[in-house]
Amino acid sequence: MILIYVIGILMGGGLLSLLLGQWNKNLPRWIALCTVLVGFIAFVFFWINQYHTINLRLTNTWMIDYRHDWIPSFGISFHLAIDGLSLLLLVLTFFLGILAVLCSWNDVKERVGFYYFNLLWILAGISGVFMAVDLFLFYFFWEVMLIPMYFLIGIWGSENRVYAAYKFFIFTQASGLLMLLAIIGLYFIHGRNTGVYTFNYFELLGTAIPPHIAFWLMLGFMIAFVVKLPIVPFHTWLPDAHSEAPTAGSLILAGLLLKTGAYGILRFVLPLFPEAAHDLAPWAMLFGVIGIIYGAILSYSQTDLKRLIAYTSVSHMGFVILGIFAFNELALQGVVMQLVTHAISTGALFIMAGMLKERLHTRNINHMGGLWTQMPQMGAIGMLFAMASLGLPGLGNFIAEFLILLGAFKANVLLTIMATIGLVFSAIYSLRIVQKVFLGPSERSDYISDFSFREIVVMAALTLSIVWLGLYPQPVINTVKLMVNKLAHIFPPENKNVQQENYQEIPLSTHKYLVKK
Amino acid sequence: MNNLLWLIPVLPFAGFLILALAGKHLSRVWVALIGAGSVSLSAIIVPIIGIGFLSHPPATGNYSQTLWTWMQVGDFNPKITLFLDALSLVFVFVITFIGALIHIYSAGFMASDKDYSRFFACMNLFVFSMLLLVLADNLLLLYLGWEGVGLCSYLLIGFWYENPVNGYAARKAFIITRIGDTAMAIGLFVIFYQFGTLAIPDILTKAPVLWHQGASIATITALLLLAGGVGKSAQLPLQTWLPDAMAGPSPVSALIHAATMVTAGVYLISRMHIIFQLSPIAQMIVAVIGAATLFIAGFSALTQYDIKRVLAYSTISQIGYMFLALGVGAWAAAIFHFMIHAFFKALLFLAAGAVIEALHHEHNIFKMGGLKNKLPVIFWTFLIGSASLAALPLISAGFYSKDQILWYAWAAEGGNPLLWFIGLLGAFITAVYTTRMMILVFWGEAKTEIGHRPGKLMTVPLIVLAFFSLFAGFIELPHNFGHFRLFSDLLQQVLPETILKAGMNTELQFQILALLSTLGGIYLAYVFYYKQPQRIEKLKQSRFVMNLYLFWFSGWGFDKLYNTLIVKPIVFMANVNKNDVVDKLYQGVTFITIRLYQSLSFTQSGSLRWYIMGLVIGAIIILSMQIML
Repeated sequence: MILIYVIGILMGGGLLSLLLGQWNKNLPRWIALCTVLVGFIAFVFFWINQYHTINLRLTNTWMIDYRHDWIPSFGISFHLAIDGLSLLLLVLTFFLGILAVLCSWNDVKERVGFYYFNLLWILAGISGVFMAVDLFLFYFFWEVMLIPMYFLIGIWGSENRVYAAYKFFIFTQASGLLMLLAIIGLYFIHGRNTGVYTFNYFELLGTAIPPHIAFWLMLGFMIAFVVKLPIVPFHTWLPDAHSEAPTAGSLILAGLLLKTGAYGILRFVLPLFPEAAHDLAPWAMLFGVIGIIYGAILSYSQTDLKRLIAYTSVSHMGFVILGIFAFNELALQGVVMQLVTHAISTGALFIMAGMLKERLHTRNINHMGGLWTQMPQMGAIGMLFAMASLGLPGLGNFIAEFLILLGAFKANVLLTIMATIGLVFSAIYSLRIVQKVFLGPSERSDYISDFSFREIVVMAALTLSIVWLGLYPQPVINTVKLMVNKLAHIFPPENKNVQQENYQEIPLSTHKYLVKK
Repeated sequence: MNNLLWLIPVLPFAGFLILALAGKHLSRVWVALIGAGSVSLSAIIVPIIGIGFLSHPPATGNYSQTLWTWMQVGDFNPKITLFLDALSLVFVFVITFIGALIHIYSAGFMASDKDYSRFFACMNLFVFSMLLLVLADNLLLLYLGWEGVGLCSYLLIGFWYENPVNGYAARKAFIITRIGDTAMAIGLFVIFYQFGTLAIPDILTKAPVLWHQGASIATITALLLLAGGVGKSAQLPLQTWLPDAMAGPSPVSALIHAATMVTAGVYLISRMHIIFQLSPIAQMIVAVIGAATLFIAGFSALTQYDIKRVLAYSTISQIGYMFLALGVGAWAAAIFHFMIHAFFKALLFLAAGAVIEALHHEHNIFKMGGLKNKLPVIFWTFLIGSASLAALPLISAGFYSKDQILWYAWAAEGGNPLLWFIGLLGAFITAVYTTRMMILVFWGEAKTEIGHRPGKLMTVPLIVLAFFSLFAGFIELPHNFGHFRLFSDLLQQVLPETILKAGMNTELQFQILALLSTLGGIYLAYVFYYKQPQRIEKLKQSRFVMNLYLFWFSGWGFDKLYNTLIVKPIVFMANVNKNDVVDKLYQGVTFITIRLYQSLSFTQSGSLRWYIMGLVIGAIIILSMQIML
């Protein structure tokens, strides 16, 4: 029940802040903060409770689920379930949710109620995406997170916000429609094969699909996910959306929205279409490598700080796609780590870009420089996260990238070597950020304040997380271990034949449901 | 004593944490006490552990201490484990002992700097990273230290961040060494899939079993590791960052050149020596790189006028000797030279720093001079350091370490006459440029007035280092000269003994040649820079000499080469594509869409005639189609 409550709380909190925002400008942010805090605490407790049993579970990766009939005549149900991966991403969602509320605290002055309504509904959509195990419901949440984000960028963004919002909307919507087509195709094929027309993920697993159709269906899902992720050449919405969005928007975009793409591939593309995915693997890895290098080079040439960070995301997400399609435990664990650590490190960079914008009223790095003198604290933290972004050992991103590369090396030596070269480029652009913003001669003579107390809280939370993940990542690894192992074993390395039985499993309530039928 | 091991790296790290978090609120005295104190405490613990290690050698030949498992994914389970054997003991001793002296010196040297606590925080982190590097039990933890060292060098080279030139030098150091690191990371992948582990002791026991002598996989692995070592140790072709690294404060240079950073490559190769031994080709390449580097850097040192750049090139050249020794299989000789070099190079940099400070930040040796009587302590210690660098026979420590390498360059199994000759030539050049620097700085007439004299905090470390630069050589004496082998006996537990070629019994002749080349070099510099300086002027008239001079001065044109071949094309490409060519595709789609709707909306003109016209044409088309079909 925790699952449905959490979504309910988020949506309810959103409505409440919309209504009460009419009266009082301060109320919505407190409501939003309480809402996300409640969700965060609930999931952290749940995680701690489950943690000691995680290693004992042998077969069933699913922890809990919630199921309620929605449109039974079409086989649509309101079915939520979470496993280690979902749980981890949900904790991340609420963690970043808290930070997003905190960094909007004084930033947002217009239409405050509507702002927090959108913020909370985006989080609700994202949480839903991470929980839904009914494909129709999944698509529903996929849309729920899209529309409030459109408003967030379009209303509270900077100068070029309308263009960016449109671009974001069209890219995501067009690719989402392809996914809808693929979902419906899958629905009918499964229905024709078995006579049971259903959108239930667990029943659709292992559907026998003719290979050529499987390829197109997979592509439908895949395009929706890689546009979100994004990979080159579908990435061009991202720099615009990131740079125009308000700080909290950039944080959620980089930290969570991109992750839904990776989550979708892990949850749907690989288990539903293992053979087709297997055939796609070399190409996907190639695109990953192209993304790593291309994103890094583009990031080097940018002068807009937020755009620069946005392109580093393109580069980092290249590692994700590279790792997913390496199909082994090391790489997949690396991918999960990358999802978490990238959210933290890039999120931190975006938050700092927002703080700089607030203080200097510019995002152009040529107008910054020498800020260390006045802001040694921000300088030090900025340095730390630039180092995280270039993959310095001891910080979380290193674990992620090293595991991905180590795993990918087994799958494809040449591409991995090229991806590893990306580490040099990441050093080049990361150091450029530090140099242009914090070092060099001071460009300004006016007083610029260092971190405020609220900002210290935000940055300390991010710093502690990234260091913790760099030195002791085991809790994250253990949480997703079972899920990753199952995924890695869809493809036995010596045998190209796919063994889907390995993956198929049904959580409790579905079982009952089947028996009833 | 085993259980104290963790304290060695943790103390400097604790110093770093305290200074980084609370440095702003601490007084300068406390900052210095914490910064220098933490490293000094480590330096005190090391001999305690060392004595225990030597007096009751552990049965396994090493101490090891596991702190926690870093991560466990499948069979990949690197641990945070510290590992101490004879080789790491030597390194730990040098790092903490020299590191502590440099810290004490810095307390005086940096006294008037506004970022006092940031300086000590970075220095402590530097020492910590290097300690982790040499104490790591597995290659991944070693890599953590390895990259940490790179980070600290970046932070400290660019310490005075307001000047963009320093920032450039710092980034150059980080990025060039990262190129090597990346190759090394690929090496780690290869090693992991070959042996199923990254734990160094396991790798070293498995390698000879799984790989046969001369296997190509051994060569590949060795070369990838070598690439990492070449980057950090500033050897060809990645040596270009080190001369620019002079942008940092002098104690930083001392730390980078003596105790940390540049010796990492030497450590890595000797640590992984079994893999290198399995590949004669890789061994040969190590030796050739060493020889080529010492030769090239020697000539560059000859032409520099910035005192710190002279020393920087001399470091590159001396590390070249170590690589040469590693390449010919003279493992212990390389480590011995590392230790001696650490003493005299730290001494030279610290003394140079004192000179520079006394002369109001004057770096140009041609504007110095006549300091012999004005700064006597600096003079005598600098003289001792220079003697050791030039390998002044019999009395300096540098002689004993370098002579050994020269002898092995020919006599060891992997050696040959050419390598020996280049080494000998290098020794000659070393003597020339060292003497040149000595004469220009301390003799002749004074060209710049002295500001203030160094205090006790600065002179005491110099005197201690000078003592070691003179006498540390006596723990290892040549075969024909007492044959006292304290140092190589210690290292024999870890590193194989150097195998000599058959019939090489004439070490004395080689020593005489080495002696002559050093003395010849000193004499040459004496003639040109002291006796008859007009000869230099005469030489400068020649166009050829001038061009050669400029070529050497620029470090044999490597910077220019890399700039034109690599840096400029990439920057150009990046800037051309600043607006992302892929986006043009989508802009094209929107452009076409806009054009289409514009032309369609053109028909929506509101004029009745057009609509009727449209209706009629439509009707005609439909009718005619019906008739035709």
